[in-house]
Amino acid sequence: MFYSLGKYILLLRLSFRRPEKFSVYWAEVMREMVSIGLGSLGIIAIISIFIGAATTIQVAFQLSSPLVSASIAGKIARDSTILEFSPTISALVLAGRVGSSIASQIGTMRVTEQIDALEIMGVNAPGYLISPKIIASMTMVPLLVIVSICLGIGGGYLACVLSGDITPDDYLIGVRDGFDALTVQVALVKAVVFGFIIASICAYQGFYTSGGALEVGQSSTRGVVYSCVMILFADLVITRIML
Amino acid sequence: MIEVKDIHKTFGENHVLKGISATFEQGKNNLIIGGSGSGKTTLLKCIVGLHEPTKGAVYFANENFTEMSFEQRVPIRTHIGMLFQNSALFDSMTVEENIMFPLNLFTKQTNAEKLERANFCLERVNLAGKNKLYPAELSGGMKKRVGIARAISMQPKYLFVDEPNSGLDPKTSILIDDLINELTTEYNMTTVVVTHDMNSVMGIGDHIIFLHNGEKWWEGSNKDIAKTDNKELNDFVFASKFMQAARAKL
Repeated sequence: MFYSLGKYILLLRLSFRRPEKFSVYWAEVMREMVSIGLGSLGIIAIISIFIGAATTIQVAFQLSSPLVSASIAGKIARDSTILEFSPTISALVLAGRVGSSIASQIGTMRVTEQIDALEIMGVNAPGYLISPKIIASMTMVPLLVIVSICLGIGGGYLACVLSGDITPDDYLIGVRDGFDALTVQVALVKAVVFGFIIASICAYQGFYTSGGALEVGQSSTRGVVYSCVMILFADLVITRIML
Repeated sequence: MIEVKDIHKTFGENHVLKGISATFEQGKNNLIIGGSGSGKTTLLKCIVGLHEPTKGAVYFANENFTEMSFEQRVPIRTHIGMLFQNSALFDSMTVEENIMFPLNLFTKQTNAEKLERANFCLERVNLAGKNKLYPAELSGGMKKRVGIARAISMQPKYLFVDEPNSGLDPKTSILIDDLINELTTEYNMTTVVVTHDMNSVMGIGDHIIFLHNGEKWWEGSNKDIAKTDNKELNDFVFASKFMQAARAKL
């Protein structure tokens, strides 16, 4: 375990060496941002709307009492979406979508000698392959989380309109009531950390792949599993520290 | 010129290279031959720095490459071109982008100049007009030629070729060998080819070293090979009945 951790840290250090040519690396960062950000927008939108709607219905069901204000469901749904559902579930989904793609892409490059070809040319392969992905992931995951929060709250509103468990007006009063900006800060800190975890762990798994197609698949699976575990662990730590 | 001095390489308990020394001269096709598992590719990887030798050193134009840091190696690496066994073209890039890739990173040329150079390299390997194809759209022989075009894009002083004929039909193999030979002469490069293809050995082997069980067993040229009485080399070169018959006619 300590050996792997040391290798992971050394790889990260190599990844952030001075680039051979900034413009080439910048183009890679932009390409990765499009791939990670725009490429994941659809799945994030779908899960956010459904989770927001389901959360609102469940909270409304659990708090259906004459002693509790109906608007409280909107407030709880908002805070749950901002603090937990949007950052964490989005990150878990992105670990599957983006993480597996990073691990298998770099793993395939390793087993087909494309990484050797980069090294022969004098290119810092970890820098060229990994740092743009980490930068793109740390930038795009927070943006996706913001989109997810908006759509999650929107999904809750939609659930109110369609199910009638609470009125849309009560929901909107709850969503606006007692809003604390700290919750958004926590969500964004989580998103940045999750973005780093997804890209770096999956890139590490891909970079040290050896063998063939079978091992590329195994690296990809390991990358996703380790990322998910680390996301949940980081979620707990950040929540404990910031709240 | 490249010199390797007393190269040893071990992987755990496995002693793959056992003290190999050789000189690869400029303007010549230097071939490393030997059976499977003899250490040919490991030696090549030690020379280019993909493996660090356990003991010994590699000198590029009298500079100790083995002792250099990553940054110190970069100026030498920009003079190295390499063709890999499976071509190792970047899948996500077109043929043109593959060839322009090292130019983008290591030169200050304008886009027009880089494109001109890419077109020249493609013409040189008889693939003019294939700029926009992706590696997945190319045949094995075309991939090798694009690999060569990428390798010569920076006008290298050193060309390394790993199994250039593997998976190719005899006609395409000869075409690739001829191309390597022409480029070596044209650019006055130090070319090192790892192969076990006998056509290559007899066709372009200006200087040959034969590895057996991780040791240098024989050294000479393609002209010397038919006359050698080295048993292991004879067993390797004249393994097929066709080669035995060809030898009998000499």
